[in-house]
Amino acid sequence: VTTAPGGASRTGTSQAGRTGSVTWMALPALAFFIAFGVVPLLGVLGLSFTRWDGIGAIHPAGFDSWRSVLKDPGLPHALYVTFLVMIFSWAVQTPASILIGVFLASRERYRGVLAVLYFIPLLLSSAAIAVAYKALLDPNFGLGAGLHLGFLSQDWLGQDKLALGAVIFIVSWQFIPFHSLIYQGGVRQIPRSMYEAAEIDGAGRIRQFWSITLPQLKYTIVASSTLMVVGSLTFFDLIFVLTAGGPGDATSVLALDMYKTGFQANLMGPASAIAVILVLVGLALALLLRRVGGGGASDSQLEGV
Amino acid sequence: MTTSRRTFLRITLAAGAGVGLAACGGTSGPKSSGAATGSATYWYLTGPPGEGIRTDTVKRFNAANPKTQITATTFQNDAYKTKVKTAIGAGQAPTIIWGWGGGGLKSYVDANQVEDLTGWFAQNSAVKDRLFPSSFGAATVGGKIYAMPCETVQPIVLYYNKTAFEKVGAQPPQSWGDIMDLVPKFNAKNIAPFSLGGQSRWTNMMWLEFLFDRIGGPGVFQAVFDGEKNAWSNPAAIQALTEMQKLIKANGFIKGFSSITADSNADQALLYTGKAAMMLHGSWTYGSMATQGGDFVSGGHLGYMNFPPVDGGKGDPSDTVGNPGQYLSISAKATAAEKATAKKFFATAVLSDAENKEWIGAGAIPIVKGTDSLLAGSKDEAWLKFVYGTASGAKVFAQSWDQALSPTAAEVLLDNIAKLFQLSISPQQYADNMNKVIGT
Repeated sequence: VTTAPGGASRTGTSQAGRTGSVTWMALPALAFFIAFGVVPLLGVLGLSFTRWDGIGAIHPAGFDSWRSVLKDPGLPHALYVTFLVMIFSWAVQTPASILIGVFLASRERYRGVLAVLYFIPLLLSSAAIAVAYKALLDPNFGLGAGLHLGFLSQDWLGQDKLALGAVIFIVSWQFIPFHSLIYQGGVRQIPRSMYEAAEIDGAGRIRQFWSITLPQLKYTIVASSTLMVVGSLTFFDLIFVLTAGGPGDATSVLALDMYKTGFQANLMGPASAIAVILVLVGLALALLLRRVGGGGASDSQLEGV
Repeated sequence: MTTSRRTFLRITLAAGAGVGLAACGGTSGPKSSGAATGSATYWYLTGPPGEGIRTDTVKRFNAANPKTQITATTFQNDAYKTKVKTAIGAGQAPTIIWGWGGGGLKSYVDANQVEDLTGWFAQNSAVKDRLFPSSFGAATVGGKIYAMPCETVQPIVLYYNKTAFEKVGAQPPQSWGDIMDLVPKFNAKNIAPFSLGGQSRWTNMMWLEFLFDRIGGPGVFQAVFDGEKNAWSNPAAIQALTEMQKLIKANGFIKGFSSITADSNADQALLYTGKAAMMLHGSWTYGSMATQGGDFVSGGHLGYMNFPPVDGGKGDPSDTVGNPGQYLSISAKATAAEKATAKKFFATAVLSDAENKEWIGAGAIPIVKGTDSLLAGSKDEAWLKFVYGTASGAKVFAQSWDQALSPTAAEVLLDNIAKLFQLSISPQQYADNMNKVIGT
């Protein structure tokens, strides 16, 4: 989101002499982004300085909402849970997605069949996934009780740590197919000649993976990680249906905290302040990942090819 | 807090509300069509048996009043709570607003969004006088009546599975001490003493409502409601919270209770399948256990009683808590013709004899005086008489806490109750957290 306008205008100016400016091509997307992204965001920023119950009149309240949100011990807890979900789901998803992506990149037919199966979770809505898993994990009527498997009939969603683990597992289950798809595309872009050269030099499959595939996937990893990290900030539907933030507040992530504050406790001011915090954290993380990913467009990974 | 709640529609409907509101922006909204003719709109909840009965009442009214039709729209319980609030805030409320009264109604009143019905009830005293007087408490804000009580009285009841009691050779509890004694007996037979849909949070709250009343009397929570400083630190309150955690620590509740939702009726299933021996729940669950529980209800395996006294407690054992009624308000933004239609609906269609019969047929007691004479011969006669007796015989019929308090205080309450049941905070921490939001 932050890069699109800049990137577009750069292309525009460099090619302006030959084909005429193409900056206008970004206008529809920009207009859409302003109308449905920037304007509501400014509205939320404005609301965070007011007192409003969502029904009556809006009263200006200065920094009251910010003060109450920043003083609330629930905020650091929600941030902590959000980062836990983010880090663990990244740590589970990235290796799994890379391996599956590399596996599916080959063009054998049986891998194509497996690919179709792997992508099934992508077709399901988060709410449906949550309802299904909730039924499966039910300690009394779920999978464990039905199959009489003791280790499966844990109180999955009723113990703090197990519930967090269940959330991370289900999130990963849902999104690994998507990221595998990204990695599959990334692997297929790697020039065949690199592997041929490596084979001539006597490199085995594993060596090829570490020395060619992984480095070549650098930008794919950055892109996929950005999606995972920023996306995990907004996990709401799945957690809301699965645990509603419980047990207690063990899985109460920032987005859920925002919803509860705004729409259940009728405190739109503090909820807006949480929303602004969410946006700032998301922006900071996206910028950080871009920085870590490093390199401008001038860096080439294909030198000598 | 009625009938079955299912979670998975929540999000889709909440999202739909947002889209719907965006689509309405800048136009005159749904009201324009009805303004000229006096046709009104009415939103209410889905789910049997209430949905069918509400729909029948609207149909009867529409058949009798072909020129002033009421258009009904139905919503799933939890989605409705968010949707109606958003619609009222956006000035797009239906003419007739279905609700639970209490703190939620007060927030509408504070925003001048609902019509004051005090004068109308004074002129139409016949409408008022036929209803249970106790039902008007939650319709009254600052001495004025803002809603028409409707539908049924729903006390919270202690249900038990007679088969489970036979298995351990025990008798239903007569006191809190009996309850604590029963816990190890059931656990020894691998039957959970109590079923509980703890993820829904208000299900846990019902336990505290009774313990507070039985130990300290109705004054303990009344002090909270009245905004008295540090009201949650009352020794009776601390004792009730401590007893609550004792029961949890003794494994009084089904394993995994904190991940079970009442929306899915899984808590009721635990009782009628015999996996749990007892359950504290609203009287509205009788109907769903009768339809879903096989021969559990019809075969006489379901027992029920009022919550037993606590030894040495101050509360009257006849006291009960729950929903003293449901409530219909009129949007202040509606046109005069729409308001007239709504009032005619209140006076002629709501709780008509035909509607009352349907409620009784569904195992519920409408909030109309003298319906006990209609109970004889009903297939659920014993149950209906029990509910009627509990509701009419209660010295104090307290409204559910989360409905009585403001939505803001209710959210903090439910959050802290969930943590109390998770044993992640102590009774003292609970009281401290709750004292901070008294009067908000």
